[in-house]
Amino acid sequence: MSEPTAATGPDVEPDFDVIVVGGGIAGCVTAYRLAQAGRSVVLIERGEAPGSKNLSGGVLYSRVLEQVFPDLLTSAPIERRITRNYVQFLNATSSVGIDYQDARLAEPVNAVTVLRARLDAWLAERCEEAGVFLMPGVRVDRVIREGGRVVGVRAGDDELRAHVVVAADGVNSFVAQEAGLREKPPTHHLAVGVKAVVRLDERTVAERFHLVGDEGAAYAIVGDCTLGVGGGGFLYTNRDSLSVGVVLRLDDLVKRGLRSTDVFDHFLGHRFIAPFLEGGEIAEYGSHLVAEGGLEMVGHIHTDGMVVVGDAAGLTLNTGLTVRGMDLAAASGIAAAKGIDEALTSGDTSEAGLAGYRRELFAGFAGKDMETYAKAPAFLERTRMYEEYGLLLGDVLHSVFDHDLTPRRHLSQVVRSELKRSPVRLRDLLSDGLAGVRAL
Amino acid sequence: MKRTSIPERLAGNRYVTDEDESHIHVDQDLARSTGTGKRIVAVCPAHVYTEEPDGTISVEYAACFECGACLAVAAPGALTWHYPRGGTGVQFREG
Repeated sequence: MSEPTAATGPDVEPDFDVIVVGGGIAGCVTAYRLAQAGRSVVLIERGEAPGSKNLSGGVLYSRVLEQVFPDLLTSAPIERRITRNYVQFLNATSSVGIDYQDARLAEPVNAVTVLRARLDAWLAERCEEAGVFLMPGVRVDRVIREGGRVVGVRAGDDELRAHVVVAADGVNSFVAQEAGLREKPPTHHLAVGVKAVVRLDERTVAERFHLVGDEGAAYAIVGDCTLGVGGGGFLYTNRDSLSVGVVLRLDDLVKRGLRSTDVFDHFLGHRFIAPFLEGGEIAEYGSHLVAEGGLEMVGHIHTDGMVVVGDAAGLTLNTGLTVRGMDLAAASGIAAAKGIDEALTSGDTSEAGLAGYRRELFAGFAGKDMETYAKAPAFLERTRMYEEYGLLLGDVLHSVFDHDLTPRRHLSQVVRSELKRSPVRLRDLLSDGLAGVRAL
Repeated sequence: MKRTSIPERLAGNRYVTDEDESHIHVDQDLARSTGTGKRIVAVCPAHVYTEEPDGTISVEYAACFECGACLAVAAPGALTWHYPRGGTGVQFREG
């Protein structure tokens, strides 16, 4: 037997061409595309079924997933098509928002809400139809390395070997960490999302959010919803429920000494949020980590015998107005499948042979968007976003609308005097404004 | 909406508890000396961790959402946390 090499791996005939660890969006797309290309693929999922460990923390910008599954919008368990985006500065007793509703967002469909336990199960079913061997209820304990490269995975007493292992195991990605591709991220690059699914009837959802048919609304909220902690609140309409919760940057949560559950309860009980939830019941309560580091967190996404996709690769984006992850996961799955397929054809699954994945990812919108918003995480760490600006806006508008029988002043004078009363200094405003323009 | 306690909320979730093995272990000395104990109590949305009157951290591992927030704020060595065995732990039905 000759020595294994980085390019080809060991002489032992592998069980599969590709092992995908994790049955979320990135893993399913990678597995599906490779099976379509005629490769033998096993998809390992630690949950009872794909989706059972996953939570959606936002809307799915769906066009990219439609490239893989053209019947997505008609066949997949989609909750609502998002036609209304509400961006809100929420203060304790005031709220200022931009309500953007647009019929063009429905045709063609741009974004949808999904519940992951249902969507991921559907994706995995499509994978099985395409010939992927699905192994649910199996936790991968570690990767197997031989001759300096990844050659497979170990789960309990079982070993599985493949030419390429795909780490699609989510934001904690123990598999990618163990392979030496990722470090433990710093806490200012991580946020905890705490979410409830609140059951309401379909008609109530439509009425409360001014929706027709299967149209949906997405609220991105900043300010008092997190008691000033870096992060924000969210509210998304599903068919007959709402996904509602907070995303809290861990460094700031710890620094302020707050309990995540107290912040969550404060948000749900807020005078401007509680009316949406009235009469509802919490059907499910959960949490999930969110990577907030942007491009800086992506780092190494391929090595000899392995690639990393989706959340595991740090592919999430918060641009202040939009929060993305699922579309980037799908894009990375498409790019990974292409890179792996080419590597398998050429017989070189070393780091160099798999480099097509990274090239493909950064040639497309997903990688380019990560680069475009590379400065967004640092901008969003500026603390005035989470308290002072919302209050300033509320106070300016209060001065405009509160007719207390004092003579009216021009808007510019109102702004100037409110700015004077606010802890925000003009140079903060200019500095943050400039940084915002550059970052977002 | 009626405000519910964390245990009441957890009762609505589906769990398959691994009765044989906890996936979480706290090093009590390190948890205390590094402040990890108080941090993991504060960040965990499922209230898995409780600080007992004697200062030790008790662990209700069956309630875990497996998000990893505790591990992220823990000092090295103070917390051993991995995913529970395949097919066990929280099983989201909505997601």
